[in-house]
Amino acid sequence: MTTSALAAPATGAGTELRAAGGRAPKGENRAGWLFATPFLVLYVLFLIGPVLIGIVISLFNTTTVTSGLGSWVGFSNYADVLSSGDFWASMWHSVLFTLLTTPLLVLLPLLFAVLASRMIRHQWFFRLAFFAPYVVPSSAVCLIFAFMYTPQTGLVTNVFGWLGLTAPNFLGSTSGAWFAVVLLTLWWTFGFNFILYTAAIQDISEEVYEAASIDGAGPWQQIRSITVPLLRPTMSLVLILQVLASLKVFDQIYILLAGGPNYSTRPVIEYIYDTGFTSYRGGYAAAATMVYFVILVAVSAGWILVRNRRAAAAARGETSR
Amino acid sequence: MTATAVPATGTDRRGARRSGGSVEAGKAFNRLAATCLTLFALIWLVPFLWALVTSLRPDDEIAQHPMRPWSNNWNIDAYRSAWESSPLGWWYVNSFIISTLTVVFTVIVCSMAAFALVHLGFRGKVAVFGLILAGLMLPTEALVLPQFMEFRALHLLGTYWAMVLPAVALPVAVFVFHAFIKGIPIALIEAARLDGASWWRIYSVVVMPLCRPAMSAVAILTFITSWNAFLWPLLVLTHVKTQTIPVGLSGLIGGAAIQYAETMASCVLGILPLLAVFLLLQRQIAQGVANTGIK
Repeated sequence: MTTSALAAPATGAGTELRAAGGRAPKGENRAGWLFATPFLVLYVLFLIGPVLIGIVISLFNTTTVTSGLGSWVGFSNYADVLSSGDFWASMWHSVLFTLLTTPLLVLLPLLFAVLASRMIRHQWFFRLAFFAPYVVPSSAVCLIFAFMYTPQTGLVTNVFGWLGLTAPNFLGSTSGAWFAVVLLTLWWTFGFNFILYTAAIQDISEEVYEAASIDGAGPWQQIRSITVPLLRPTMSLVLILQVLASLKVFDQIYILLAGGPNYSTRPVIEYIYDTGFTSYRGGYAAAATMVYFVILVAVSAGWILVRNRRAAAAARGETSR
Repeated sequence: MTATAVPATGTDRRGARRSGGSVEAGKAFNRLAATCLTLFALIWLVPFLWALVTSLRPDDEIAQHPMRPWSNNWNIDAYRSAWESSPLGWWYVNSFIISTLTVVFTVIVCSMAAFALVHLGFRGKVAVFGLILAGLMLPTEALVLPQFMEFRALHLLGTYWAMVLPAVALPVAVFVFHAFIKGIPIALIEAARLDGASWWRIYSVVVMPLCRPAMSAVAILTFITSWNAFLWPLLVLTHVKTQTIPVGLSGLIGGAAIQYAETMASCVLGILPLLAVFLLLQRQIAQGVANTGIK
């Protein structure tokens, strides 16, 4: 993928100017590095740097209060992390959050984007209503929802009453807390996926629909046999973006619930935060960071592999036809 | 509102044309869809309106009739006390400076790198490209702890730089610029080259002015992300007056639970700047998010 994407720009400008032999002239080589240097310096210092520092610290019993590494402990931090019930519990909470939010946030925005694209007027209104929450800071979202989740007097609590249901204790019980945080997340981030789908739908050619409607295809048929199949790549993209975003959940659970009640919703990042910045066990928290880091990278790498294999299979299918 | 009315026209014909076929069924379907959509869109607006209404009612009235959406005594006292009881002004200033610096540096640094990748043949380009591509997979939010250690060692904790520097090298931004710069006709660059223009001149005078859509996409994404960042500023900006809006607001939770109006007023004030920008630039923001998200 890297090479194919690169082939085009490499032959880009100055093919004429370039000396035969394909090598870049000296001036161009220097200019290239000069242009890329600011990015590369910041990239290496602040993106690669933390990874390396994390690996190093995870091998020492560093504390977060004092500077300095502490003493070498080898892989014992990793052994501790991997055998810690609290770490795996927090990992499970992040996974559970992902399992609860991903289906909702992949499918509902798709449904609404498809419906909204059929609307003749007022599309701006739907975009406004669904996307506006995305620009609201997490803490403001949490303050508003905490107010609406108040027992007895809160709006959501009362809506449950109107529907003849008993509202759970939103911030005091584990199941209520999950419901609260999932509903909040749905409201807050729905618009992002909605926009991705909307943009993809607008890229679908008009003519396909015209042909279909001449053939007498009704709206439902058009959606089922044109829109949804053509949106499959976008769905796959939204899916992976959503899984990664959900696995990295922190803000909502930390602000709204502080990981509670009794740590029963604490996600991994908050576990790292607690061990690293509240208990000051820097080395241990760095080991937890690296385990978590590897899991996240494995998820994205897995997705890329699957996608490339599918693309290759599709290409083979086309040539054999 | 004028700005928001424009985008609808582009899609008018599209929607109308799509409802061909079996006309009657199509119409019924569309009406049902419109009803569902409108209902949900209205529900989506409820938290905003609820916060706004609450912030304008007196506290004793909220306590007595919590579910009443109107007031006999509308007032803005809560806003006055919210503004006085927390350094909201400072939070605005900090958020604004940090987000603006981040946007400016990100746009310049990432577009330069993309320009080099598209138009300049330099040794090691394939490796650089691969490195940036790999950067797309880096979950930086997960690395706050080692990042914190690094900034402590650099003595940058508590400064604007601690907020800006880690956000600037954004692989997604490079790819947005890369895709866009690749679409600029090579003839333009070659002509400038033959006129003896330096690469810097070509970048700043020829390429960048043509990159405005990519610039606005990257700027919008960076601004929203930077403005709403929570965990990193929570760790780095420890003094109340140096905090940003999201971190400052989070300190209000669980604080004075009885002062509903004041808390909601702070929320409304915290939401307002970015929401105002959003209402003005709705179309561009949606487009920008779509562009950067899809890459």
